[in-house]
Amino acid sequence: MCLAIPMKVIEVRGDAGDPLMPQIAVVDADGISIDVRLDLTDRPAAPGDYLIVHAGFAIHTLSEEDALINLQLFKEMAEGVRKLDNQAGGSS
Amino acid sequence: MKCADEFRSRDLAEVLLQALSAVPNSDRKIRIMEVCGTHTNAIFRHGLRSLLPKNIELISGPGCPVCVTPAGHVDAFIAAARLDGVIIATFGDLIRVPGSSGSLAQAREQGARVEIVYSPMDGLQLAQAETDQIVVFPAVGFETTAPTIAATILETERLGLNNFCVISAGKVMPPPLELLMADPDLNIDGLLCPGHVSAIIGADAYKPLAEKYNISCAVAGFEPADIVSGLLSLTRQICDDTARVDNCYTRVVTESGNQRAQQLVNEVFTIEDTEWRGLGIIPGSGLGLRDGYKKYDAFARLDLHVEPAPEPKGCKCGDILKGRLLPPACPLYGKRCTPLQPIGPCMVSSEGTCAAYYRYWE
Ligand code: SF4
Repeated sequence: MCLAIPMKVIEVRGDAGDPLMPQIAVVDADGISIDVRLDLTDRPAAPGDYLIVHAGFAIHTLSEEDALINLQLFKEMAEGVRKLDNQAGGSS
Repeated sequence: MKCADEFRSRDLAEVLLQALSAVPNSDRKIRIMEVCGTHTNAIFRHGLRSLLPKNIELISGPGCPVCVTPAGHVDAFIAAARLDGVIIATFGDLIRVPGSSGSLAQAREQGARVEIVYSPMDGLQLAQAETDQIVVFPAVGFETTAPTIAATILETERLGLNNFCVISAGKVMPPPLELLMADPDLNIDGLLCPGHVSAIIGADAYKPLAEKYNISCAVAGFEPADIVSGLLSLTRQICDDTARVDNCYTRVVTESGNQRAQQLVNEVFTIEDTEWRGLGIIPGSGLGLRDGYKKYDAFARLDLHVEPAPEPKGCKCGDILKGRLLPPACPLYGKRCTPLQPIGPCMVSSEGTCAAYYRYWE
C-alpha cells in the first residue's frame, strides 16, 4: 500500500484558499500523468518538487536537495564504522 | 529524481552492509522487529535477509492493516455489501480477506456490488455518480491512511453529499507497539519503524517507547539503502547499549511529522479502544468518528454491528502478528493456505508476512 517512489510534480492546479477548487498536482508516474490531491501536504508543492503519494493524496513534499541530504547521511553512516575501525573504538 | 537510483543501488546498500558487519561487539544475538508490512516485503524482495550477519534476527510485526482487522469487522463489511442499494468501495487488499464465512470477493460473485478503488476519493466520486446508492468505504488502515479518509469526509461535507459513508476501522501504531515491547517473552532489541506512518506522526512519536522500554528505534524508508541504514543504526545502538530514535528517512520524515495531516485527522476522528487480530482490544488504538461527523458512520446509517467472530480455524496469523511465530511454523502454511487459496489475512495482503514468506522464502 505504501508507494515508496517520489513522483515529480509537473503542474499544480486549483487554489489553496478556495475550498471549491481543491488543489491538485499532476505528477509523472513512470511516464503516465496522474492527479494527486494536495489537501494533506505539509509544504506547498511546486513544479519540480517531488511528492510521496498514498491512496491518491500527497502526504509529503520533498525537493531534490532533501534527497541529497539523506544520501549524504547514509554516506556518513557508512563512513562512521570505517573511522571506528581505524581509531579502534572512537565514536560514530 | 536524479538521485533516486542511488537509494536503490546495490553499491550504496553494499557499503552500508559492510559497515553493518563491522559494528564492534556485534556478535551477540540481535532481535529486530520490522513493524511495517511494506518493510517485510521490501526486505524479501531485495534479498536482504540472506545478506545480513547471521546473528541479526528479523521478526515481522503488526504493521499490515488488513491483517490486524479482526474477522468480526470483515463480517460487518460483508454484511454491508449484501444490503440492497449499497456499493462497497474498497482498497483491493481487503476483498479476498476471509471473514467467518466468505469474503467480499465471494459476496461480489453472489451479486453484491464491491468496487476496488485506489483512493477513498474514488469512492466519493462513485457516490456522486450514483446518487441512488449508498457508497460505503471500509476505512481500514493506519496513520498514513487516516488523513486520506479524513480529507475525503471533509470533501463529502463540502459537497453536501449524503450517500457516502465509512466503516471506521482505522488504527494507530504506538499502542500495539507498546504492548509488544512490554512482553518479556518477545525480547525485542530494536524496532525498524515504518516510513510512511512516521511521515505523518513524526520520528518523535517513538521516543516514549525508546525511553520506557529501552528499545532502540530507527525510522527507515523502503529502498535497499534505506532499510540497511535503519538496520545499521539499530545494530550500532544495540551493541552500544543505547536506546534512542534515529531518523534514517530524513527526506520524508521530520521529528514532529505532518502537522496538517494530523490536524485533519483530529478534526474528524477521535481516539477510542479497538480490537486487533491476535492482540485483542487495545486501549486508545482505534480511530472513531467524532460526534460532528457521525452521519458518515456506516454502522449507524445501515444499522450494522460487529459481532464476535471466530478467527479462521487453524490459522496462526495472531501469533505471527505478535512476532511469536514465523509462517512456516503454521501447519497450514503452503499446504492448505497459499496466496491462491488463503485461509488467513496474512496470506492475502501484499503486506502480509505469510504472503511475503510464500513468495520469496526458500
Ligand atoms: S499460513 Fe495461512 S493459515 Fe497459517 S498463519 Fe498464515 S495466513 Fe494463517
